[in-house]
Amino acid sequence: MCLGIPGRITAITSPDRLMAMAEVSGVRREVNVACVAGNRLDDLVGQWALIHVGFAMSLIDEDEAEKTLLALKDLGEAQETLEQMAASQEALQ
Amino acid sequence: MKFASEFRDPAAARALLSAIAARADQIGATRAHPIHIMEICGGHTHSIFRYGLDKLIHEGVEFIHGPGCPVCVLPMARVDECVEIAERPGVIFTTFGDAMRVPGHRKSLLQAKADGADIRMVYSPLDALELARRNPEREVVFFGLGFETTTPSTALSIQQAAREGLANFSVFCNHITVPEPIKALLDDPDMVLDGFIGPGHVSMVIGTHPYDFIARDYGKPLVVAGFEPTDLLQSVLMVLTQISLGRAAVENQYARVVPEHGNPVSLAAIEDVYERRPSFEWRGLGEIDASGLRIRAKYAAYDAEEKFGIGYAAASRNVPEIEGCACGAVMTGKLKPTQCPQFGTGCTPEMPLGALMVSSEGACAAYWQYAGARTAAE
Amino acid sequence: MTLRDIHVTMAHGGGGKAMRDLIDEVFTAVFQPPGSEDQARLTNDALSEPGARLAFTTDSFVVTPLEFPGGDIGKLAICGTVNDLAVGGARPLWLSAAFVIEEGCEIALLRRIVATMAEEAAKAGLRIVTGDTKVVERGKGDGVFITTAGIGVIPPGIDIGAAKIRPGDAVIVNGVLGDHGATILAARGDLALSADLVSDCAGLGHLMQAALAAAPGISAARDCTRGGLASALNEMAAEANVTVELEEARLPLRPEVVGMCEILGLDPLYLANEGRLVLFCPADQADAALAAMRALPEGAGATIIGHTLERCGAPVTLRTAFGGARIVDMLIGEQLPRIC
Repeated sequence: MCLGIPGRITAITSPDRLMAMAEVSGVRREVNVACVAGNRLDDLVGQWALIHVGFAMSLIDEDEAEKTLLALKDLGEAQETLEQMAASQEALQ
Repeated sequence: MKFASEFRDPAAARALLSAIAARADQIGATRAHPIHIMEICGGHTHSIFRYGLDKLIHEGVEFIHGPGCPVCVLPMARVDECVEIAERPGVIFTTFGDAMRVPGHRKSLLQAKADGADIRMVYSPLDALELARRNPEREVVFFGLGFETTTPSTALSIQQAAREGLANFSVFCNHITVPEPIKALLDDPDMVLDGFIGPGHVSMVIGTHPYDFIARDYGKPLVVAGFEPTDLLQSVLMVLTQISLGRAAVENQYARVVPEHGNPVSLAAIEDVYERRPSFEWRGLGEIDASGLRIRAKYAAYDAEEKFGIGYAAASRNVPEIEGCACGAVMTGKLKPTQCPQFGTGCTPEMPLGALMVSSEGACAAYWQYAGARTAAE
Repeated sequence: MTLRDIHVTMAHGGGGKAMRDLIDEVFTAVFQPPGSEDQARLTNDALSEPGARLAFTTDSFVVTPLEFPGGDIGKLAICGTVNDLAVGGARPLWLSAAFVIEEGCEIALLRRIVATMAEEAAKAGLRIVTGDTKVVERGKGDGVFITTAGIGVIPPGIDIGAAKIRPGDAVIVNGVLGDHGATILAARGDLALSADLVSDCAGLGHLMQAALAAAPGISAARDCTRGGLASALNEMAAEANVTVELEEARLPLRPEVVGMCEILGLDPLYLANEGRLVLFCPADQADAALAAMRALPEGAGATIIGHTLERCGAPVTLRTAFGGARIVDMLIGEQLPRIC
């Protein structure tokens, strides 16, 4: 349900109707930006948003994305250490 | 793809799978006594099968595929009503592709199209609006389908139509909400669930708080999750961690997209255009109180139910369900798809009986298509 | 030039002078078939070689829009038939073309379609030797429908087919997948998506000949048209009673095609191609086949995408990037955009 894809806002196409061009991997589609429009529409250009059925539904928080990735990286390292410990313990036995 | 491919990293997935295994062992989860985690959303079900996560995850973790596929829970009577509207002279009936194949009592939209109805697949309600602008002599009806994620898009489209005075545009509203059916599941005495993966794109609109009652009143953890494979695995780990610590809270794994309080513009549009129906029928689950939305009286001109005197607006509704269909039991986790007596015999993707076999997000179709159930059946 | 009309009318199908003018000026002037009898009379030295076999195929073409980035219905018609012959190891020689034209079709459009057909036929080294036209009333056709039939010669000693596929064969495609299907989706305009995509439509006769020369052990090949790679592989694996195991990480896909599929909830493995083939060859000849294919423009993106195993479970499986696995099934009906 609720297929949503990250896309980058590349231009405002109709300020009256709150429409903008969004790009997903080189595929362009005009989307409605009412849900993410702040005071200045032009500020949206260059931002990433979650696109669903032709609407930009939420701006993507790059810091939060970074935090999630960092947590994954830390977990990866911790897991690696655990595995190394397990391996050396096995080697000792 | 930015904000997508980074969350498909195999190394991260391996680390997550090991950590999940460690937690599952710690809890004592085994194949015979698994932890049951419901992914509510059909999009998550799709990701699980698309990436083969069901086969990679520790055997003590069992996914129960929830009711979060709007096509799957669409009652047959509603499909019949769509067909009835689409077959009226002068109507252009517009719909998302998902709904085309869902069987009604008489026919599906795909069959109605073959029989001559003007039914068009669109990507967005905006495309239906555009069709209405270009065809002022025709009545353009959009099949409004979906959970809170999709509801703002039709609300904003109706507001736009009202601004433009597009008198030939209307929405056949079938919007439904997530928290109510979850409550219905939790109230079921046979319920076996230990925790939930929450639908991230619904929470992008409504935030995380509407799920608080799940942790507070029912003591079950829920983690709002993204749709990439590491998002899902990380969320499973978060649920298991809560279980191992004896905690139950609503957590947000998908903070890059989901603000705690949702999206105010979307919520305002929903509030302006829609109101709760007293109850709404779910395929397999029956009528659930306050689980569906209808268009408010002030937008009645854009309400296809009012315009065509159909559905809940009709004097009487005939809503028999299909004999022998166990979609309800599968959706509530009481039966696995393969345990349904119709699976693979009376119900296949070619000749679907229940909606879970129609939509590629339906648990049965996913079992059939991706997970080798068909091979086993043959 | 006696043909002054801008659009095709019912008169152009009436059997009289108008029809004669249309056929003469638009079709035969360009295709230049040998002789003017009702049937083509064919001879070729390749036929006299002992053991040589004829290959014969037919196909109908319908597409909306008739012209799209990277081709038109005429190019599809020639390449489609050339490829059907080529993947059987045949050298394409002759082709027939029958046109069902809708009243009102622009004659200039017909001329452009005919020109691309002549060009593609020349590239493929085959001749369009016979044809037919019919005109149907407006609303009873979709601009132009084309039906072609092609004849080619399979040289002695070449005998490939799905039944010859063996466990352990490498599975090779000649380039990125799904460009044609994604291009058409964008070109139709009803989903309002745009991308700088070009159809992969191409004749693969020379490519197939080069591959066969470099890797004589090639067991089978098929063009991945409607239903995409997934459908072609399912058919072949079922016939050969093997399992094809694909590696997700090795599937060549353009970002735009992936983007289009992500937006619409489609699977690129089922998108149509019109210039892509999948071939099976013994693993020890795979490098030779790849090198020969990569030397030609239509094979520049040739790559190994998987291999065959003794049948275990489903005909086609895919190893995901994390080592997960899923079945790649036959498509049930048409692939529909999945949105909500």
